[in-house]
Amino acid sequence: MVRRIDRDQQRFDKIIKGKVRQQLRKYINHGEMIGRKGRETVSIPVPNIEIPHFQHGEKGSGGVGQGDGEVGEAIGRGKSDGDGQGQAGNERGQHIREVELSLEELADMLGEALELPRIEPKGDDQLTSKKDRYTSIRPTGPDSLRHFKRTYKRALRRMMATDNYDPKDPVIVPAKDDERFRSWKTVSEPHTNAAVIYMMDVSGSMTDVQKEIVRTESFWIDTWLKRQYNGIERRYIVHDAVAHEVDEDTFYRIRESGGTRISSAYRAADLIIKRDFPPSMWNIYCFQFSDGDNWGEDNSECIESLTQNIIPICNLFCYGQVRSPYGSGDFIKELRKVEEEFENLILSEIEDKEGIYGSIKTFLGTGK
Amino acid sequence: MVVTTHRPLPKVLSDIQQEMEQHALDYGLDFFKTIFEVLDYEELSMFAAYGGFPVRYPHWRFGAQYDELMKGYSYGLQKIYEMVINTDPCYAYLLSCNDITDQKLVIAHVYGHCDFFKNNAWFSHTNRKMLDQMANHATRVNQHIDTFGYETVEMFIDTCLSLESLIDPYLPHIRRTKKSESKADAKKRSDAEGDNAGGRFPAKMYMDRYINPEDILEEEADQKRIKAQEMADQLKFPKERLRDVLHFLIQYAPLEDWQRDVLSIIRDEAYYFAPQGQTKIMNEGWASFWHSTIMTKHGLTDQGLINYADHHSGTMATSPNRLNPYKLGIELLKDIEERWNKGQFGPEYENCKHMFEKEHWDKDTGLGREKIFEVRRIHNDITFIDTFLTPEFCYKNQMFSFGFNDSNKTYEIQSREFQQIKQQLLNSLSNHGRPAIYVQDGNYKNRGELYLEHDYLGVELKLDYAQDTLVNLHNIWKRPVNIETVIDDRPTILSYDGKKHSTNSKEKK
Repeated sequence: MVRRIDRDQQRFDKIIKGKVRQQLRKYINHGEMIGRKGRETVSIPVPNIEIPHFQHGEKGSGGVGQGDGEVGEAIGRGKSDGDGQGQAGNERGQHIREVELSLEELADMLGEALELPRIEPKGDDQLTSKKDRYTSIRPTGPDSLRHFKRTYKRALRRMMATDNYDPKDPVIVPAKDDERFRSWKTVSEPHTNAAVIYMMDVSGSMTDVQKEIVRTESFWIDTWLKRQYNGIERRYIVHDAVAHEVDEDTFYRIRESGGTRISSAYRAADLIIKRDFPPSMWNIYCFQFSDGDNWGEDNSECIESLTQNIIPICNLFCYGQVRSPYGSGDFIKELRKVEEEFENLILSEIEDKEGIYGSIKTFLGTGK
Repeated sequence: MVVTTHRPLPKVLSDIQQEMEQHALDYGLDFFKTIFEVLDYEELSMFAAYGGFPVRYPHWRFGAQYDELMKGYSYGLQKIYEMVINTDPCYAYLLSCNDITDQKLVIAHVYGHCDFFKNNAWFSHTNRKMLDQMANHATRVNQHIDTFGYETVEMFIDTCLSLESLIDPYLPHIRRTKKSESKADAKKRSDAEGDNAGGRFPAKMYMDRYINPEDILEEEADQKRIKAQEMADQLKFPKERLRDVLHFLIQYAPLEDWQRDVLSIIRDEAYYFAPQGQTKIMNEGWASFWHSTIMTKHGLTDQGLINYADHHSGTMATSPNRLNPYKLGIELLKDIEERWNKGQFGPEYENCKHMFEKEHWDKDTGLGREKIFEVRRIHNDITFIDTFLTPEFCYKNQMFSFGFNDSNKTYEIQSREFQQIKQQLLNSLSNHGRPAIYVQDGNYKNRGELYLEHDYLGVELKLDYAQDTLVNLHNIWKRPVNIETVIDDRPTILSYDGKKHSTNSKEKK
């Protein structure tokens, strides 16, 4: 039964989500506006939709209040007053409304806004896993799988039919024939798990601004990949001259200094893939963020490691170069040299926050 | 599908209800039959979102309201205890999870409202069968939706709602303009005036200048011109400025039939709700007066005392930057009752210069109860404050006026002087805190433009909102729209011509 109010509320929901959709670019670029809430939903603050009226502004407005206070004492800031119909002359403040969106909805909006293609998981036929499903019943089996209710019912029926049932003393004794057991079928399911490896340069030249950009961008990438795959595993690598595998929290907060050897990160990534994610079973995504300021002699080793070990087994290898006031930004030039050879190597330069939107589109626009 | 919430009141509550009803009657309250229903919070929020009515036309703003109420409740920020609607019979909704003391209080409070609805003069013109009327509105809107599509109608409703405050709250009580001349009368009159006014008599060519002398003809033509000018003045449109902008639009804006219908629905409902805005302080004050009287004299039990005190004080809480209508209303009514009981009124008392004597003035007149019943019958918030607010009352209740300081964007206490407090209070109450706006000219510049006028009383319009509202007005009027207001102490005209906004200082005449 649908109540009127539910219909109106759904309509409102749609309108307000439409607002989010319209302004998604803003929300993407300013990731900190998104308060993460739990695992499944995010709540996004949007300005309330209001129907405009001719109404009084603040200038010249006032009212009457009650309480202590000297003449001239401040009692409240403009626009701070939350509720009330302006009974005391105070205007209704601009409400902020939190819209709750599931991550799926958000991902769909993102996909729509960026016109992202659905990802086609690689090698469907190979990537299957076998699973047991309890779908039927059979007369034999181990006691641990006995279907108690069915067994009981059959026993009850038999006892009533043979007139052995006494309602005053309703003891049911199942015989061998009454017993029923759960039975399973082995099904093979397409296995579409994805592994995402984030690599970030934390050398001295990466400031908090750059890291914020990385954080925002990885949030959106995560959101999109989660929507596309049943489950994703994430690994985080930070590096300066040496690389470490860290957890998510550290990844975003750590601040190191020192030189930069990108090859160290590639080696670490290679190691993780070999250890945890056999490429035949996993869709592997690598995202690397750096300001592109690498130790010069290291470049050739990087390219070698990348082209030999990593790119061939990845769905995508994405390199995002964040503009930094200190870095030379040369590394992307090295990668550009080999860009032609690999169609799953994607490069993107992120100037500032406003560049996040375009960068995500570049990375995920391939549909791989 | 209509979801009915009508279920009989549980025995405990119906006993309380009967008891409270009897107390109310004993005190002389007079109300329509009142039907109570018990709802859970979700249902109560639904009714509240719909302004108390079970069936309204579909619109997202109700959903938004509902969402807000539900969230506020689940975060523990707010709670509605009860709702009453002004109909005959009165419907009142109680919240099922309230405890018994709360229910008693709420029921007593409800009878106060019901009495006020029935007896206050400002409610005398409201439609007491509004339940049906609202349902009819819903049906009509739904029909339009079936014909023209949901979004088309919704968009138009949004436009209308943006203008819903442009009504004349005093209209139901006054007959402003004379009944307009019927078509038949007008025709008769123009027939009578028409032919004899000048013109040539038929004449042969050679006789013409004798039968129709030029100078006479010219004179007649002049007279005709003067008359035409007078007629044109009479045709000034509208003849005098109108407060009921919506009515003007319904009559003269180029709308399709269904649009006209929707606009008139919005207008009807705005008129229905208007008196509640005009009497907020009195209505809540009156209801609170009665719940506190009935509860403290009869309804309270020992174990309910704390709960009652908690609830009552919560309702009466004051804050520095917002006036609590419940508190102001009840205190002022109590003050009036006391003054009239002691005879603290009339010229003799007013002219008494002796402060001590004045403070202890007690002529034992005992007219208090009678007086407050009279007050609830004839006053609205403005006349109530204007007539009964006293310096002593302001002092006792620590009242002050505050204003917006544009230089540091804060509200500051401005004064504790009686005259200023009263003036500020009246200002903020007039037109329910909304700007008063009139139609000045429906044919501005003789180009069919609409010209509105904002009655500037010291508070400026909120500019961005005003511009958005002009856009909506343009959607209805379809020709450029203008509003005259005051910005930075200069008379200014805000205009919107369908493409762009413009702001011009008004030229001096």
